[in-house]
Amino acid sequence: MSVSHQLGARAIAARVQSGELRASDVAQAHLQRIRELDPQLHAFVELWPERALQSAAAIDRAQRSGQTLGPLAGVPVAIKDNLLCQGQISACGSKMLERFVSPYTATAVARLEQLGAILLGRTNMDEFGMGSSTERSAFGPTRNPWQMSHVPGGSSGGSAAAVAADFCPLALGSDTGGSVRQPAAMCGVTGLKPTYGRVSRSGLVAYASSLDCVGVIGRAIEDVALGLQIAGDDERDSTCAKRTVPNYLQELDGRKDLRGIRVGIVREFEEATGDEGIKLAVRTAQEQLRACGGTIVEVALPSVKHAVATYYLLASTEASSNLARYDGVRYGHRTAHTRRLDELYEQSRSEGFGAEVQLRILLGTFALQKGYQDQIYGQATRVRAMLAADFAYAFTQCDVLASATSPMPSFALGSKLQDPIAMYWCDALTVPASLAGLPALSLPCGFAVERLPAGLQLTAPKFAESLLLQVGSVFQQQTNWHLQRPLS
Amino acid sequence: MSGLIPTIGLEVHVQLRTQSKLFSPAPNAAGDQPNTRVDVVDLGLPGTLPVINARAIALAVRAAIAFGGEVQPVSHFARKHYFYPDLPKGYQISQYEDPYCRGGSVPLGNNRACKLTRIHLEEDAGKLIHTDAGTLIDLNRAGVPLIEIVGEPELHDPADAHAFLLQLREIVRFTGVSDGDMELGSLRCDANISMAAVGAPLGTKVEIKNLNSLKMVQRALEYEIRRQTAVLATGGLIRQETRLWNDEQAETRPMRSKEMADDYRYFPDPDLLPLCCDESLIANERANLSELPAARRERYRTTFGLPEHDVTVLTSERVLGDYFESLAIAAGEVKAASNWVMTDVLQAVRDRNLALENFPVKPAALGELLRSIARGELTMVSAKQAFARMLDRGEDAHTAIETLGLHKITEESVLAPLVAAAIAALPAATADIKRGQMRALDALKGHVMRATRGRADPTAVDRLLKQQLGS
Repeated sequence: MSVSHQLGARAIAARVQSGELRASDVAQAHLQRIRELDPQLHAFVELWPERALQSAAAIDRAQRSGQTLGPLAGVPVAIKDNLLCQGQISACGSKMLERFVSPYTATAVARLEQLGAILLGRTNMDEFGMGSSTERSAFGPTRNPWQMSHVPGGSSGGSAAAVAADFCPLALGSDTGGSVRQPAAMCGVTGLKPTYGRVSRSGLVAYASSLDCVGVIGRAIEDVALGLQIAGDDERDSTCAKRTVPNYLQELDGRKDLRGIRVGIVREFEEATGDEGIKLAVRTAQEQLRACGGTIVEVALPSVKHAVATYYLLASTEASSNLARYDGVRYGHRTAHTRRLDELYEQSRSEGFGAEVQLRILLGTFALQKGYQDQIYGQATRVRAMLAADFAYAFTQCDVLASATSPMPSFALGSKLQDPIAMYWCDALTVPASLAGLPALSLPCGFAVERLPAGLQLTAPKFAESLLLQVGSVFQQQTNWHLQRPLS
Repeated sequence: MSGLIPTIGLEVHVQLRTQSKLFSPAPNAAGDQPNTRVDVVDLGLPGTLPVINARAIALAVRAAIAFGGEVQPVSHFARKHYFYPDLPKGYQISQYEDPYCRGGSVPLGNNRACKLTRIHLEEDAGKLIHTDAGTLIDLNRAGVPLIEIVGEPELHDPADAHAFLLQLREIVRFTGVSDGDMELGSLRCDANISMAAVGAPLGTKVEIKNLNSLKMVQRALEYEIRRQTAVLATGGLIRQETRLWNDEQAETRPMRSKEMADDYRYFPDPDLLPLCCDESLIANERANLSELPAARRERYRTTFGLPEHDVTVLTSERVLGDYFESLAIAAGEVKAASNWVMTDVLQAVRDRNLALENFPVKPAALGELLRSIARGELTMVSAKQAFARMLDRGEDAHTAIETLGLHKITEESVLAPLVAAAIAALPAATADIKRGQMRALDALKGHVMRATRGRADPTAVDRLLKQQLGS
């Protein structure tokens, strides 16, 4: 049976549950498409066809024997290369972990499988999540399905490109400073960064522990809602919230318009959105939210001007600590050139880590140095607290914030590699929610110019994912940006 | 050089006696094959996160209460960074600016005490095993829960340092916080020492490591006082450094500088929530703590009037004292209870490799036996036989005595023929007695005892012997 690769996760699961579609055929069709188109795109670092077909066959057997199937039954998903999966390599986009086979599975991935999803493989990313273009992968860049000469954004560029290219209707990414939302925006798909602590971090390779979130990328909001069902408490992560998890898909049905919803426009975000095409697309989207019944209010986040600097200091600080374990002693890359301990550390790390990772480790190490710690790390944590307070105050005046996701559309490969500061500014609008631990959603809202998508970012108070998804759903009922496809 | 006095501070690492590690479910137990007691968390694999062990917190709080420290309602874990192959994550999770306990003291005896600065929680590192083929890593110990007890630098005599450790060890053992074994490394001590003239500001501090017994601590400090005094006497300067004690050579040597990191780049561990010790946890551990060894010793001396030897033995371990006290109540007799615990009970524990916690003869049963002895129903020999059976079968005293038929024989009608038989069987001894060598009486008595398997009443036998021998 021929399977449309344009089917969404919800539609696939419904048809697999009813027996109308076989999970094996769905998996086969998607694998086939990936084999045809991914050599140009390079969204996947590795495909797991055997594993995928085995899982799909198991779903089909369960269906035939009349068992109740999960809400993601037979849905092909891709996972970012920093989410561990037992028996598979998780390389984190790094030469350091090129051959690291994980002995355990990340909670988010395990729950995805429990929901019935079929893992297709692992997707490309900037090394350890450090980058905004997926060019910082040790395995080569991923291209943007809308414009092959351009980047897909990052660091979850592989996952965003895979969904945009119809390789899978759903993918997991991770978002530390915008790594799910920004590539979703640049690839014209929907991406959600949940509240910090909403989804377990166990098995997510740490970049910056106080910021890292597992996020969900899909085409339509309902698929993202289904994917977010991986949320919930986990005894293996103390920072994971002990809150009940609503049925996000069901909650979507609760709202048909935005009456009673106050939509905040952040003055500082508007000023930071330099690109005229993005600006226009986002203004139009904000206008549509008003047309759906929302009330527009203007709010201010004065501390936001320090967000990028604060983010890079804090994230680099935590990274310098989190990446200390990659020392060539127990696993990961070990230099072949020395057996002296201090040289073993130095050379293994110099050989195993790419330039951007080394830069951030050095920055983070510097920020924690004796005598500088309070001035740098201490100051950054204080600014972070101010920023969270700014958001809290803004949410007394509105229910969600609406802004651009990225201040600029995708750019040509290589065009920002020599200018790290310019690259960091890609994250200007996404890092504030990360620093405050807030949930934020990026929705396709048009094009900056032809074939370069623009993203609308919605931000809500902590644990208000249902509200975000509802607003996103109303928006997608009124627009068809999420239905547009870069490739036939 | 007179006029110089040493100032000594001690830092003691104590492994907590928990089932599992501080941040992982792997078992906390010494020994076994290398790298078998490890979890993905202990190996520092990517994506692993620490989850705090509530039992370790409870024991740490108990220790804090035992030392009279102030348990902090909120404290924080921090990462301490350095590269070493026994440290899988490249950092140790410890507490830095906000320890869970501040203050407290360790008694030194004679109403003196040494104040504590703080006690904090941290994870242990693994071990390196140096072989001819190279260095191997065993991570069984990595992640074992530790408390670090930091004493104020206010000791001035190596003997006080010895007393400090002795008392500290006793308290952590007694309260069940730790095995407190310096040889096995469940209790480890670093010392720092400086020399200065009386009234002058403290001198340059030297840290001494590799102190694996109480004796080594004292000897190393004594050595260091001599060394520093000599350096200062010749106009030299003391270098601030870490030195390792070499017990064979009986000297300290500077540690190679590369083994010391000078900046640990501490920062709060973002993987762990603040540690909250609430009132109910503290109250619970206070209840678990009961009496400390010093107080118990005092009570055994004054209330029970026990001799010093008994006091020392019975308070060496908390369970031993607990058993003794239950037995004393059951038996209604303190000294007899003490004697039985120190001899028969402890010997059975040793011989049969038992833990006192599940000793097969409960204090109530043994008390019943002691009461039978006190009432004159049982000879001491019979009592030991009954005790052996109680140990073997878990029977109560009454059953053991009945089954073995151990009641004392006092009836003269039964004993008189046995005494006569003894006299007939041992003519030589009888002759000796008649010559006035009364020690030979023991041989005759022994004969009667053997004939009755120890049940004959010794007083009655004595009386009958004297009667029949006409002496």
